[in-house]
Amino acid sequence: MKTTDVPQDDANMLQGKFKEPVYSIDADGNFKTIPSVGWDPKNEVMKEAWDVVHNKIEIAKQQVISGEKSPIAYYIEKNIMDIGLVAKYMGIWRLTVKRHLKPNNFKKLKTSTLNKYAEVFNITVEQLVNIELDDK
Amino acid sequence: MTKKQIDIDLKFTHKQSAHCENGVVSNLLGYYGVALSEPMVFGIGSGLFFSHMPFLKIGGIPVTSFRPIPGIIFKRTSKRLGLKFKKHKYSKPQKAMEALDENLKNNIPTGMLVGVYHLTYFPDPYRFHFNAHNIVVCGKKDDQYIISDPIMSSYERLTYNELKRVRYAKGLFAPKGHMYWAEEIPENIDLKSAIVKGIKHTCKDMLTIPIPMFGVKGIRFLSKKVRRYPQKLGARKAASFTGQIVRAQEEIGTGGAGFRYMYGAFLHEASAILKNDQLKKLSYDIAEIGDLWREFAVITGRIVKNRNKADESYDKAADLLLVIADREESFFKDLKSAVN
Repeated sequence: MKTTDVPQDDANMLQGKFKEPVYSIDADGNFKTIPSVGWDPKNEVMKEAWDVVHNKIEIAKQQVISGEKSPIAYYIEKNIMDIGLVAKYMGIWRLTVKRHLKPNNFKKLKTSTLNKYAEVFNITVEQLVNIELDDK
Repeated sequence: MTKKQIDIDLKFTHKQSAHCENGVVSNLLGYYGVALSEPMVFGIGSGLFFSHMPFLKIGGIPVTSFRPIPGIIFKRTSKRLGLKFKKHKYSKPQKAMEALDENLKNNIPTGMLVGVYHLTYFPDPYRFHFNAHNIVVCGKKDDQYIISDPIMSSYERLTYNELKRVRYAKGLFAPKGHMYWAEEIPENIDLKSAIVKGIKHTCKDMLTIPIPMFGVKGIRFLSKKVRRYPQKLGARKAASFTGQIVRAQEEIGTGGAGFRYMYGAFLHEASAILKNDQLKKLSYDIAEIGDLWREFAVITGRIVKNRNKADESYDKAADLLLVIADREESFFKDLKSAVN
C-alpha cells in the first residue's frame, strides 16, 4: 500500500484516544508508518461483532426483567464474559455461578458474595441487584 | 502511619508502535542504549505466522491468527540477540505490586503482561478479554503508575488498584502478575546472524509444519472452510465467522494486512544491514501480498455489511485466499533461498 493510500475512515472506533500506525511505502520506496483513524471494512466487521454483543445483552436484560434469570446473567453479557470466566474471577465453581443465575437462589445470596460479584463486574451492590441502575 | 509518597520518574522514552510485544522490547532496549526498530524486533523474533484452528473458539467463533502465541516473539528475540531478562510471576497480587515498586526504586523500567478489558485508557470498542497485552511501567507520580503502553501515542497513568486489577485478569493467558526486566544487555549485538535466524525460522513455520492448520497450508484450509460457510452456517453466522478473520488480520498492532506490511519493513531494513538486494525486492513482494489480504478484507466487509442476505461473494473470498496461499508459498521459498 502506498503512503498516500492509507485510509482515514473514522467510525469513532478509537474514540480519539490515539491513531493506529499503518505500514506503507512512500514515493522513494521506503517503508513508513502513517497514523490512521480507521478503515471501512474493519469498521464494518467491528460493528458486526459489537452488534452480536449488544444483542446478547438485550436478550439477557429481558430475561432478567421477566424474572427468568438473575441480574448476574445480564452483567455477564454486559462484560462480554461467560460463566467460566466469571467463575474464575469469583474463585468458585461454574456450577455455583449457574445456580446464582436463578432469581430465587440469587435472592438468598450473602452480602459478602454480592460484594464479590459487584467487584468482579466493577459496579456497586445496588447496581448489581437492580439492573435499572446500571449506568455504563 | 501515613503512607509515604514517592515520586519516581525514569528517563524512559516512550515510542508508539503497532504491536505491543515488539514495542515493549524495542522501548526497553532503547532505555539501555540499543536502538532497534519495531520491524527489526518483529522479524528477528519470527513474528509472522498464519494459523486457522476450527476447534479453538473464542465467543463461539473459530480462531484465525496471523501471529504465533503471545510471548514467543519476546522469547526468540532475546535468545537471538543474547539479551537476558529476569521474569517473575507472583501468587499474591500485593507481592507483585511490592516487587514492582522495588524495581522502580532501583531505576528499572519493568515490562509486564496485563489484561486489556479493564485498562481504563483503552478505547471502549477495543476492550475485550485479551490477556496477553504488554506494557512497561516506567515511573510513579502522585501515587499513580506511569505507563508506557506501546499502542498509545503518549504516557498513560493507572492507580494502584487499576494496575493490580489488570495484572490479575483471569481467563485464557491469565497474566498472574507476570513481569520482566532486563538483566543483561550485551554491548555488541550480532544483528546479522540474528536476522538470518529469524528469517529462516519464519520460512520454516510458513512452509513445513506438517499440520494443515498452519502456515501456507492453513490459508488453503481456511479457503475451503470459507467457501462452505454460507451453506453450513446460514447467512448471519457465516458473516460473523468471516468477519472474525478480518478482525484478526487488521487488529490494532498488526500494522495492517496481518503483519505482512510490517514484515516488508523488516526485510527492507534487513537488506541494508546484510547488503542483500534480493531482500529489498522481496520486501516489496510481501507488501503486494499484503495488498491482496486487504482486498480480502474489502470483500469480507461487503459480506458483513449485507449480512442478512445470501451472498455469492464467499466464493470470491475463498478464491482470493487460494491466490494468496500460492503467492506466499513462492514468496517464502524465495526468501529461504535468499538467505542461504
